[in-house]
Amino acid sequence: MKFTEEHEWLRKDGEAVIVGITQHAADELGDIVFIELPEVGATVSKDDEIVVIESVKAASDILAPVDGEIVEVNAAIVEEPGKVNEDPQGEAWFFKVKPSDPAQMTDMMDEAAYQAFIA
Amino acid sequence: MGDLLNTPLHALHQELGGKMVPFAGYAMPVQYGLGVMKEHLHTRAKAGLFDVSHMGQITLRHDDGYMAVADAMERLMPVNLLDLRDGRQRYGFFTNDAGGILDDLMTARRGDEMFVVVNAACKAGDIAHMRAGLPGVDVEEHTDRALLALQGPASEAVLAPIVPGVEAMRFMDVGIFPTRFGDLWVSRSGYTGEDGYEISVLEEQAEPLARALLAHEDVEPIGLGARDSLRLEAGLCLYGSDIDTTTSPVEARLSWAIGNIRRHGGAREGQFPGAARILDELDHGPDRLRVGLRPEGRAPMRAGTALFADETSDTPVGHVTSGAFGPTIEAPVSMGYIARAQSDHDTQVFGDVRGKRLPARVTALPFTPAGFKR
Repeated sequence: MKFTEEHEWLRKDGEAVIVGITQHAADELGDIVFIELPEVGATVSKDDEIVVIESVKAASDILAPVDGEIVEVNAAIVEEPGKVNEDPQGEAWFFKVKPSDPAQMTDMMDEAAYQAFIA
Repeated sequence: MGDLLNTPLHALHQELGGKMVPFAGYAMPVQYGLGVMKEHLHTRAKAGLFDVSHMGQITLRHDDGYMAVADAMERLMPVNLLDLRDGRQRYGFFTNDAGGILDDLMTARRGDEMFVVVNAACKAGDIAHMRAGLPGVDVEEHTDRALLALQGPASEAVLAPIVPGVEAMRFMDVGIFPTRFGDLWVSRSGYTGEDGYEISVLEEQAEPLARALLAHEDVEPIGLGARDSLRLEAGLCLYGSDIDTTTSPVEARLSWAIGNIRRHGGAREGQFPGAARILDELDHGPDRLRVGLRPEGRAPMRAGTALFADETSDTPVGHVTSGAFGPTIEAPVSMGYIARAQSDHDTQVFGDVRGKRLPARVTALPFTPAGFKR
């Protein structure tokens, strides 16, 4: 699993990459009440704001971690945003993106580096 | 948090896992371990304990007694204070010459004195305003007292064993109760729409009192996050967001606090700052009104969201002043100001959320029914 400084995790799934937010991010956001996901088929560029998350505290964005095409989104978290607080690094993933340049992931943090980053 | 003030409960907040944030110059807990949503729901179901020691507590005295204080305060507020009965509290506001609101506050008649509770962010200004505007009145700020709020349907059962007598109080009663925590100044009121009490206590007794209340299994500590969503569902204004120096009390739908005796035709008509505008708005209606808003989708409409009459017009008809997810309503709720033409209940309006026009309905306030013991 790879991690970004924006508190996303990325896990390879065949040619695609599954993206979600970290437990740390979910804890910091507090109770999540609204999520807007990108359209399947959308072409995104790294750092595009493609997800809106609203918690009881505030609205925030998730940035596309890589260039690519959105191939699947997790509709279950739109129906029940609270799932992200319960299992952010498992069932409550956000979207799958097919990267156009997988090399963009090379420099991302591993788990140990991410833990050090948030410490 | 370098220059922030701490309340007398600071160490307890940290011990309880409070996440401290700056608020009105104080380090205050925005939430504890339960999180905003559960803290909110717990308060509506049982009882929540809030530290509101950052608010200003002030006693006003005059050599000629309460009526002289009330007469002077009526020159600053469009409220009937002379007829306030002993042991009772009343909501009101200081107005400015333009008819805007300088602060909203609670005034209580306690024997010969008036006890006033004002917002934290306004208290220095309020005290200066009273010292300048109340001739012959001594203005004493109580910097040695904490203020706790116990809110929720279990509040009476929690507080009565510790402070015998509070069970007999009705909504907006005030009283002084001698206890093992010293003299407590108690009012049956609050900022959540629930039954509950606000308790002024000497600072050295604040933590022992808070611990005694928290020892009850129905009581959880509640932070500012849930305080905000609770008051929003209850339709209560937050000074600086929903009301300020540019909003009149009539626009803010706070006319109920303006006694008939201070209105046109009343025995003590006018003679408060901004009377011309406020009395005219009472007679003819204001151009805009504070309303409740229920977004039809799930996206919260936060403060600052522009409101439009339809999906295409360029000119806003209003804006949101408070907006959040309402944990009890289980849906987003907002309040804001809107042109009178759009202010009828059930009118559909559109909020601009991230560039999209999302529908919302104008709704009666409060969103959740009040649980006061009247």
